[in-house]
Amino acid sequence: MIELLWSIFDITLVLLLLALAWNTCSTRDVMRAVTLFIAMGLLLAIIWARLKAPDLALAEAVIGAGISGALLLSAIRDYPSTAMVSQRSTLIEGIINILTLALTILMSWAVWHGLNMSDGVRLSEQVISQLPVSGVSNPVTAVLLNFRAYDTLLELAVVLTAVLTVLTLNEKRAGYKVSSPLLQGMTRWLVPLLVVTSGYLLWVGAHAPGGAFQAGAMLAAAMILLQLAYPSRRQEFNNYLLKILLVIGIFTFVLVGLWMMSLNDDFLGFTPAWAGSLILIIETAATVSIATALTLAYLGGRPKGWEAGNHTDSKIAENGGAE
Amino acid sequence: MIDTLAILAIFSGLFFFFSGSIGLLRLPDLFSRLHALAKADNVGLALVALGVIMLEPDPLNDIKIAVIWLLVMAASAISSHLVARHALREIRDD
Amino acid sequence: MISEQLLYSLAGVGLFGIGLRATLLHHMLLLRLLALNVCGAGVFLIFIAIAYGGVEMIADPVPHALVLTGIVVAVSATAMALALGRRLQALNDE
Repeated sequence: MIELLWSIFDITLVLLLLALAWNTCSTRDVMRAVTLFIAMGLLLAIIWARLKAPDLALAEAVIGAGISGALLLSAIRDYPSTAMVSQRSTLIEGIINILTLALTILMSWAVWHGLNMSDGVRLSEQVISQLPVSGVSNPVTAVLLNFRAYDTLLELAVVLTAVLTVLTLNEKRAGYKVSSPLLQGMTRWLVPLLVVTSGYLLWVGAHAPGGAFQAGAMLAAAMILLQLAYPSRRQEFNNYLLKILLVIGIFTFVLVGLWMMSLNDDFLGFTPAWAGSLILIIETAATVSIATALTLAYLGGRPKGWEAGNHTDSKIAENGGAE
Repeated sequence: MIDTLAILAIFSGLFFFFSGSIGLLRLPDLFSRLHALAKADNVGLALVALGVIMLEPDPLNDIKIAVIWLLVMAASAISSHLVARHALREIRDD
Repeated sequence: MISEQLLYSLAGVGLFGIGLRATLLHHMLLLRLLALNVCGAGVFLIFIAIAYGGVEMIADPVPHALVLTGIVVAVSATAMALALGRRLQALNDE
């Protein structure tokens, strides 16, 4: 009986997810598509929780639905509100449909075959056996920041690259109009609560679901909320502080890695006695960096002093590339 | 005894969520839909939270669930207000 | 009944197919971005479905870490693509 109820629950979730995805992808009204996408993000968070991935549920709710939703909603202004009717010939559209359907069927067969043919050997056994040495007791944090720390370092570099692109491409955009006093009143108690919760998520990531990315994204959400509630009070950031905050995550990471290389002859190979503290230091710096990066990605526009056509650039261009 | 009460609370909460969703689909206007969503979903969440609190043995988690309920109520009230305000502005500007 | 791993993996494949079709068929950048993100969500779902081990056992943490990295990279790439799109629109308007 319980099995049947769980199966009904799973099938309902999957059908709802597919229906939301289909409607997101096939609608031509841009606002409707973005709203359905945010709803799909929240449903995905529920599915992650059902599939015993609480870290991911937190991350998807904050990053996938929250930050991504805010980014998309703020980008709607650049595009017309309805997509034009497609002008491709029906033949090409039919070919695309048939090919994607064939690919989907092939992939379904591949997934089914792979699940049946797997010999059941998992990396999880190695991870669980090495968990006491890793310095934390949450296996996802152990994998993310100890066993596969190099991947996380490169991920921080990817985030930094994306933010640098966003910061240099466009002019600063005019903000929204004056917001409601109710929103300002709610922000007054919500933003401190978000900051405290983000610190808690950072700390608790060592032994419970949580971690640097969820905490950083929650801080970014708090900053976005501040920007939405008090749009006229936006100040210019101190450029040095901006650069330091953006870079401190990667900097700390590489510094710790080099230190470990000098001690243990292994880049990012933590000595087991210090692993817990080192992970906490790296996570704190990464939280600050990620929060700054995601907030700047939302705000967009060039900060003061980064304008295009700086005098040094044009001088170099005049001299034909030489200084 | 507690289990039966908890299950009853959760199912009546589900009934309120269901009626809120039917209101979202069937009511004609934005404002009436907001009304259905904000009111019915808040009561539904309160009943589901009550049921979960009755089933939860740890009192610290009970306080957390109650705080979650309060936060969701505040967020839902403020976001309904913002949506209605924007819609009213659009109607007035036409 | 069908195992959860297979059900959610097939749902992930379905999501990927839906997103891929919409990426190829739409013209507007924003709608194509949304469809690409749906593709990404499908891939994440396949990962997590394979990592799921059942109600008793702990889930495999390695795919979870990979998908966590993937979610953050996806949102960064979306932000960058939106900035590029805005620049393209500005250049096309000149």
